Amino acid sequence: MLQTLGHRTLGAVAELGDFALFTSRSFSAAVGAPRLGRRIVRAVYEQGVRCLPVVLIVGAFTGLVLGLQGYYVLARFGSEGLLGTLVSLTLTRELAPVLAALMVVGQAGSAIAAEIGIQRNSEQIDALETMGVDPRRYLVSPRLLVAVVVYPMHAAFFTLIGLVGGYLSGSVLLSLEGGIYWSSVMRAVGPEDVRECFIKAVVFGIVTMAICCHNGFNAHRRPGLTGARAVSASTTRAVVLSSIAVLATDYLITSALV
Amino acid sequence: MSDQVNTPGRTGACAEALLVARGLRKAFSGKTVLDGADLVVPRGALVCVLGKSGTGKSVLLKCVAGVLRPDAGEICFDGRTLPAGEGPERAAFRRRCSYLFQSNALFDSLSTLENVMLPLEQTTTMRRREITERARAVLRVLELDEFRERFPSQLSGGMQKRLALARALVTRPELVLFDEPTAGLDPLRRNAVFSMITRYQVELGFTAVVVTHDLEEALVAADRVALLDEGCMRFAGTPAEFRASADASVRAFRDSVEDLRADVAANRAHQPSRRAPHEPLEILPK
Amino acid sequence: MNSRKLETVVGAFVLLGLIAFATLALKIGAGSFVGGDTMVVHARFANAAGVNPGSQVVISGVTVGRVDAVRLNPADFSAVVDMRLRKDLKLSTDSMVSVKTSGLIGDKFLAIRPGADDELIAAGDTFTETESTVDIESLISRFAFGSVQKSDETAAPAPTSSPAKTSP
Repeated sequence: MLQTLGHRTLGAVAELGDFALFTSRSFSAAVGAPRLGRRIVRAVYEQGVRCLPVVLIVGAFTGLVLGLQGYYVLARFGSEGLLGTLVSLTLTRELAPVLAALMVVGQAGSAIAAEIGIQRNSEQIDALETMGVDPRRYLVSPRLLVAVVVYPMHAAFFTLIGLVGGYLSGSVLLSLEGGIYWSSVMRAVGPEDVRECFIKAVVFGIVTMAICCHNGFNAHRRPGLTGARAVSASTTRAVVLSSIAVLATDYLITSALV
Repeated sequence: MSDQVNTPGRTGACAEALLVARGLRKAFSGKTVLDGADLVVPRGALVCVLGKSGTGKSVLLKCVAGVLRPDAGEICFDGRTLPAGEGPERAAFRRRCSYLFQSNALFDSLSTLENVMLPLEQTTTMRRREITERARAVLRVLELDEFRERFPSQLSGGMQKRLALARALVTRPELVLFDEPTAGLDPLRRNAVFSMITRYQVELGFTAVVVTHDLEEALVAADRVALLDEGCMRFAGTPAEFRASADASVRAFRDSVEDLRADVAANRAHQPSRRAPHEPLEILPK
Repeated sequence: MNSRKLETVVGAFVLLGLIAFATLALKIGAGSFVGGDTMVVHARFANAAGVNPGSQVVISGVTVGRVDAVRLNPADFSAVVDMRLRKDLKLSTDSMVSVKTSGLIGDKFLAIRPGADDELIAAGDTFTETESTVDIESLISRFAFGSVQKSDETAAPAPTSSPAKTSP
């Protein structure tokens, strides 16, 4: 039992080290890499364009619900005028970066983990290596670079559509004056809130994309699993670990910034 | 064939051959697959590595190509010992060597043309137009140019093999490693693959190592034959020497058809009832 | 999807993303951020509870600046608020700065009521005419217990707040 615990701990530490090495190597491989333009365009497509609908839908509903719940709670204190403050600060500081990241993980991260896992399985990664192409540079670097930019964009989309959602439920469905809502939004959100939003989004982007790529890349190292099952296990693991990582790093960043 | 090609200043066994592997060992979770295998590939030659399935032929080739890292042993390429890890020398070796995977390992989300362009695109600083030209030239030679917009999954098995060959040859390598290029093909296509390899070898002037278990084709096409059994080389020499060899494992491999003939005859002699079609129940266990 | 179409879609996405970025960072995130030349002036309060960095500074309801910092003056334990104001404002030194609340329990902000003195405030100067945070609890308790007249001295409102404003 004690031995199992020790074995597990050592395994976890080793994997963490491997993960850190993988991420830093993928980043450094991007430096001076020729002809990653097309790979970057494709990465923006899979992380940005493909994820935009789900981010917008979830953002709109989050804003609608925040508007409704916030209105009823604030109405008890007669301060419906603070609805804009509540919705905008909750969105920018917390919900937009977190939920947008989770949506991108579900839509793009799982697909990337599965794609890289299948490429590992069908020896495409080995083929890249025999050609002298660093598979990290070709498969991972563009995705990490793109995540740094695309995740904050999604957080911004999420915030904006969420604010509109809050306006719809607070001012259109319920009776708050629209001007009061928007002016309290403008007043509440400061540059430091937006900064927190973007810092979180960038960190989530790097961490989740690295986790997804790493799991797909090491699909052949799943103990006791091979082939399609190893790919599916890696994909599941990538999504689960990414989601946990988003919430854990969210806590760390929040406590560091506040 | 071209053992005479010898650059002055190089000594030892490495000097004559393009590639020399010595004492390669590789084990997977305690199970030894390669147990000190040697391989000598003269410059310009076509070397066939024969062996039963599962005797480590592919592992040997992957160790040479650097896909797997051998536990022990050394590999000399063009007179220089390759370091075990990654580095500039390994990268230089990879530029001069191509590997044809048994599974082809084509990039399934790229078109035929893009598959062939990829190695040039990612490892050279050539212009895109030049790369396209060169890729299409190779595709034309392999009669794939009209399918260049198709994806690998839309090609037949033989065309996929040719595409993999095109991708391996587009970088103009000095050494091409073929991992079971004829696996799963019918005899006619097997012959076609070997004839293709010898043809382009003459046209493009590369050295080839072919791992296969097709005895007849190998003995016809190869300059040199090696036999791998139980993780080490049991034989290395010319096809003529292979035919004449009295080594036990060579004989077992070479004379397997005779052995089969004897076995079949023996089996039928012991079970005459199998020939009677109206008495099938006797062969079922009680 | 052919590569031209892909590139168009990706380009459109990036453009939209940049617009969203800009909207969030420049319009919403800094909706009342003071543009152009600014100056930092100070104001001393007996009680600046609820005033935070980022709180608005308004004149006649128009935002003219933000609070940079709130610190304690160790000499007399008064609160010193650093405000970043638009530089083109011609405010006389006797202008009144008061802490106000939007709504009953809303955000605190600073309101400046321009004075009449000829001498104008410059960067680094300090407003001395101030009204501190209204202590709602003591206000309510005075209403509740009807002790507005009797305990005016013992309730001890903030020194600089004018009694006329706090009594009903």
